[in-house]
Amino acid sequence: MSRLAKLGTGVFLVLLVVLALFPQWLAPGDPLAVNPAEAFQAPNLHHVMGTDESGRDVLTRIVHGARDSLFIGVAATALGMGIAVLLGTAAALSPRWLDEAILRVLEALYAIPSLLMALLIIAFTGPGVGPAIVAVGLSTAPGYARLVRSQIRTLKASEMLEAATVLGRGTLAKVRNHLLPNALRPLLALITLGVGQAVIWASALSFLGLGTPPPAPEWGAMLAAGRTYLHLAWWLSFFPGLAIVVVAAGATMIGRALGGKVNAA
Amino acid sequence: MMGTLRWLGRRLGGALVVLWLVATAIFLGIRLIPGDPAEAIMGGPGSQASAEALAAARAEYGLDLPLPGQYLMFLGKLVRLDFGTSYSLKDPVLTVMGEVLPSTLVLALLGLVLAWVLALVFAALSLRANRFGELLGNMVEIVAAAVPHFWLGAVLIMVFSTMLGWLPAVDNGSAAGLLLPVLTLALPLAGFLTQLMRDSLASAFSSQFALAARARGASRLQLFWRHGLRHAALPALSLTGWAFSSLLSGAVVVEAVFARPGLGRALLSAVLSRDIPMVTGIALFSAASYMVVMAVTEAVERLINPAGVRA
Repeated sequence: MSRLAKLGTGVFLVLLVVLALFPQWLAPGDPLAVNPAEAFQAPNLHHVMGTDESGRDVLTRIVHGARDSLFIGVAATALGMGIAVLLGTAAALSPRWLDEAILRVLEALYAIPSLLMALLIIAFTGPGVGPAIVAVGLSTAPGYARLVRSQIRTLKASEMLEAATVLGRGTLAKVRNHLLPNALRPLLALITLGVGQAVIWASALSFLGLGTPPPAPEWGAMLAAGRTYLHLAWWLSFFPGLAIVVVAAGATMIGRALGGKVNAA
Repeated sequence: MMGTLRWLGRRLGGALVVLWLVATAIFLGIRLIPGDPAEAIMGGPGSQASAEALAAARAEYGLDLPLPGQYLMFLGKLVRLDFGTSYSLKDPVLTVMGEVLPSTLVLALLGLVLAWVLALVFAALSLRANRFGELLGNMVEIVAAAVPHFWLGAVLIMVFSTMLGWLPAVDNGSAAGLLLPVLTLALPLAGFLTQLMRDSLASAFSSQFALAARARGASRLQLFWRHGLRHAALPALSLTGWAFSSLLSGAVVVEAVFARPGLGRALLSAVLSRDIPMVTGIALFSAASYMVVMAVTEAVERLINPAGVRA
């Protein structure tokens, strides 16, 4: 990574952390405070991104909504990656028939489009933040798991592992000391890209009315609420969506700088 | 010939295993919901199903049988394409799916075609070694990875419907009403395909045969048309299965944004009302069609490039 890219990444990450942990530093107002007298104000000096149908400040709501949107994205990626590392490592180290069986299961999961899989899970659990995390996490896991498996398989054939075997190291020690650290480093870029995608999927679920319930200021939910007034007040839909785009684009660019590639996986 | 038959058999076997796994996951899902499975099938405790409806569900799903019997009955019905009755619409699931499927197919197919055309144009333009090409290349990447369908749709409505008044914001059945939904669905996919095609076009243009063609006096356009296209198409073609599944995901959102009837909207309302028979039908249908698309893609690849066939 170039120095400029490192600097940009640093600023971006610090901004996200501040947004998620200390939103009141950037937007001291109350994101839920209703003020009907100020409803539907177009962006102006006092309300830079305008106000919504209840007179709530859109910028304040976006700043305070970052916590929910980012949390779901990060938690879902962590869950998906966790399952992927377990399944992928297990498959790579298993005897052939078990490896084949795990691969078949992954293929089955992969055959359902990710949003459909998320919807399928929510059909059983009902809507909410928890189900949204589980749904997005599980629907991204099969793609990650296939990559983890191929990483581990490549490493298993390496001289490093041969040396560990000759030295009489146990399977668990080999997994912990050699396989996982070396497999996870290339996955770091993928995780960064994944968080960006997970934020999009999670806000899509909220947009469809299946994630964070209103009136919480989650970005996808704000966009869904603003859609009713699309012809009347464009700023209600435009700015929350822009926030999602900025976060996802930032994650994509950092992931690319780390050597990742947004692809079908 | 024998090779083709073996390939077909393996594909079919694989697809059946996949569908069986999906069906089993749904069966387990129904049993994992706390409380009465009959009630779960009928939309959970919130749906307040009548005693008769619950009794009908128990009979239909054989819920008084022991668990293995229930499982076999469930699978047996699916094999006969009997997905049951959508409790929220009171119609057989298969009928409902048949009604909404054409609308989604039109949307997805037009989206796929437009994405391919846009991707080819973008890839060719972004290869030009000037600032415009570079800018376009970077833009395409961001749109593909970071612009969600629901926001893109809203922005397109704002620009073309509210501001310019050129196109209707809601799908009214006309060709003009189809334009914005198709564009919303196609743009992100076009972004992904462009990235892929640009790489393969670049390597084709820097190859020996491109140099030879240029030496024979072929123009850039001829070069693109006769040689580049084929090289750009193959890797993108292998992604068709994935593109199809991302189109299905996209259709759910696009149909919601443009208030368009279709499979995606039927699924969304089924999920919201927890209409398990309907959800089961649509999930199995999309998994099955994904397997079909994958098999067709592989068959086309075998035709175009027999050397690349994996044993």
